[in-house]
Amino acid sequence: MDGKKNVYRRLFFSTLKLSACTFGGGFVIIPLMRKKFVEELHWIEEQEMLDLTAIAQSSPGAIAVNASILVGYHVAGIFGAFLAVLGTILPPLVIISVISFFYAAVRDNPIIDMAMTGMLAGVAAVICDVVITMGTGIVKQRRVLPIVVLLLSFVAVCFFHANIMLVLLLCGVVGAVDTYLRRKGGVSAK
Amino acid sequence: MIYLELFWSFFQIGLFSIGGGYAAMPLIQHQAVDLHQWLTMTQFADIMTIAEMTPGPIAINSATFVGIQTAGIPGAIVATVGCVLPSCGIVTALAYLYYRFRGLAMVQGVLQGLRPAVVAMIASAGISLIILSFFGQRTIPGDLSGINPISAVLFGAGLFVLRKWKVNPIYVMAGAGVAGVLLYSVF
Repeated sequence: MDGKKNVYRRLFFSTLKLSACTFGGGFVIIPLMRKKFVEELHWIEEQEMLDLTAIAQSSPGAIAVNASILVGYHVAGIFGAFLAVLGTILPPLVIISVISFFYAAVRDNPIIDMAMTGMLAGVAAVICDVVITMGTGIVKQRRVLPIVVLLLSFVAVCFFHANIMLVLLLCGVVGAVDTYLRRKGGVSAK
Repeated sequence: MIYLELFWSFFQIGLFSIGGGYAAMPLIQHQAVDLHQWLTMTQFADIMTIAEMTPGPIAINSATFVGIQTAGIPGAIVATVGCVLPSCGIVTALAYLYYRFRGLAMVQGVLQGLRPAVVAMIASAGISLIILSFFGQRTIPGDLSGINPISAVLFGAGLFVLRKWKVNPIYVMAGAGVAGVLLYSVF
């Protein structure tokens, strides 16, 4: 088992590194965290990562910050959450502080623009990769309901621009009703 | 007092921006441009561009930028702390509840309903990014010939490498950035 100090150090430097790499919107943090905390450190389980994403998305504030708080709290309690937040806000704080003195040069720099355009394609690939991995996990449960929920909520959010909070709320209710009916069925069958 | 004003403004932005960066943008504009005149509209557009070019959440990036412009480094720190403080309180409480009660059958049921929706949500964000990356705009144009071939190739290569060898996503993003500079300089 890792020593407490070792866990603190790893947590802080992991969130610091991940935060420095979250280009292209908040959701990028999910594949990055999945790689680090699920696959490499085994601090979090695959399904737990989905739960944490749901909570991070439905809470006020940035997804990257919220997801870090959840992981930090799970690994090392309140102090862990504090360290994770610190690790997550330091890179943007430092980078923007430095850039703010010559931001016009950064904004108009063609090389940075080329790098960003290229990186955007990479970010899209990273997100698609995690969707394939997570989606396969859902399909492998071999139950109809999760697949239907997946498809319907995708259509609702992507094509009809439905409110994500509303979709999540509805799916939570569907899950609760499903569990209730299955348990009831299980009891009466005895 | 400027520090208190910065803190309070970004505290409200942090508290009311549910659903990520694009939800935060109008709130930031309201506080920093309309209410306090800390930024001109041009500066606001600039910081949104810079925020997309640099890592980190848009709200944190603009908190730092506005803080520095109005009250130097201490201003940046105060604004950033104000911005994340609501998250810290609310999400820590939710984390406590989640880990305390996730074993309950009913909570398990709710979570099982949520998981496929979360995948759908990320998939939708992925589609938006593909469209933005391939066409340079947020909606699919009627004429698909406007597709950016370099972006399409980088996307395909990135996804292939990720699926085939399970490389670290950070390397794929960095690699796509470097390849972007090389390819766009040549073509």
